[in-house]
Amino acid sequence: MANSRTNQLVPGISRLSRSKVFSKRAAYKIAKEAKPKVTKEKKAAAPKKPSTTKDLVNALTQKKKTLVTRSVALEPKTVRKAQRATPLRKSITPGTVLILLAGRFRGKRVVFLKQLSSGLLLVTGPFKINGIPLRRVNQAYVIATSTKVDLAGYKVDAKFNDAYFKKEAQAKMKGTEEEFFGKDAQKKEHPAHKIADQKVVDEKVVAAVAKVPYLASYLASSFALSNGQAPHTLKF
Amino acid sequence: MPTRQGSFKRLVEVGRVVLINDGADTGKIAVIVDIVDHNRAIVDGPTTNVTRQVIAFKKVVLTDIVVKRLPRTIGSKALAKFLEKQQVVETWQKTAWAQKIVARERRAALSDFDRFKLMRLKKQQRFIVDHQTALLKKERA
Repeated sequence: MANSRTNQLVPGISRLSRSKVFSKRAAYKIAKEAKPKVTKEKKAAAPKKPSTTKDLVNALTQKKKTLVTRSVALEPKTVRKAQRATPLRKSITPGTVLILLAGRFRGKRVVFLKQLSSGLLLVTGPFKINGIPLRRVNQAYVIATSTKVDLAGYKVDAKFNDAYFKKEAQAKMKGTEEEFFGKDAQKKEHPAHKIADQKVVDEKVVAAVAKVPYLASYLASSFALSNGQAPHTLKF
Repeated sequence: MPTRQGSFKRLVEVGRVVLINDGADTGKIAVIVDIVDHNRAIVDGPTTNVTRQVIAFKKVVLTDIVVKRLPRTIGSKALAKFLEKQQVVETWQKTAWAQKIVARERRAALSDFDRFKLMRLKKQQRFIVDHQTALLKKERA
């Protein structure tokens, strides 16, 4: 029910924050009574430890004012969740044509190679066909089509892992004049070994693609919805 | 005086072939074997995997095909013989109606790659036709 004004929204979470409670209680408005000084006489007159049953009963029925201290030290909660890579969808196997839905190459069709240990998918255009290099892609932003490129017996080199694709740490220039006026026109050259790697990986893929008519131009094209098409009714 | 009854060409009768639109047997054809009342009929399709059952007319649409001289409340086995002799299922499959259904299902089942290939082939076809049309127009001009 909306606007329920119970004190707790959910066990453990109060409806009002600390500051709200403070202002609501307005305890600051109430003039505090001066604490009476406990003189020696009063201390002497204070109730002694109960010796008779009557005293015991009296002592027990009095409200305890002292806090009870913890007998067991507080321990951090044991977390039983394990971090693991997103499980691969059954529809995605090596050679599957994927449609990228986000990022620089959104709408493009690429060939899936393998899933990396981080859970991201390693894909390639192939570069010669659609200009998409070896790249990592998140499974969530991908449509798996039923079209498969025959990569039987082809194993992607183990050197293509997450470390291979990790971005190089750039020297921090924030707040400097150089950053403000734009760096010198120093276009970073694409590392030669990556270009060579691309050729090696794509060789087999391009050969497999060439065997199927129209597949190369299919990979070169982009995906788009036309009037009347709804993605939830389309078969991919 | 023109009667309203005269405008109904497809009648509910024993032997009328129906297309089931609702339920587990959607898309299958069956034959009316007996009539229960103004809402329901007993329907059977031994050659099209439709079990003999009572079905409401709302779940069904009448086709133009009638199984001739079908005795009322005929059994499934005998009905199967009738259907085979008169080639009812083949007649149905040849109709434009049935072919349109098949085409619709095929189009819906196309994969993304299939749709791409279709687009390319249509383009080629369009080019050939348009080219020839243009030539003819030029000729006649």
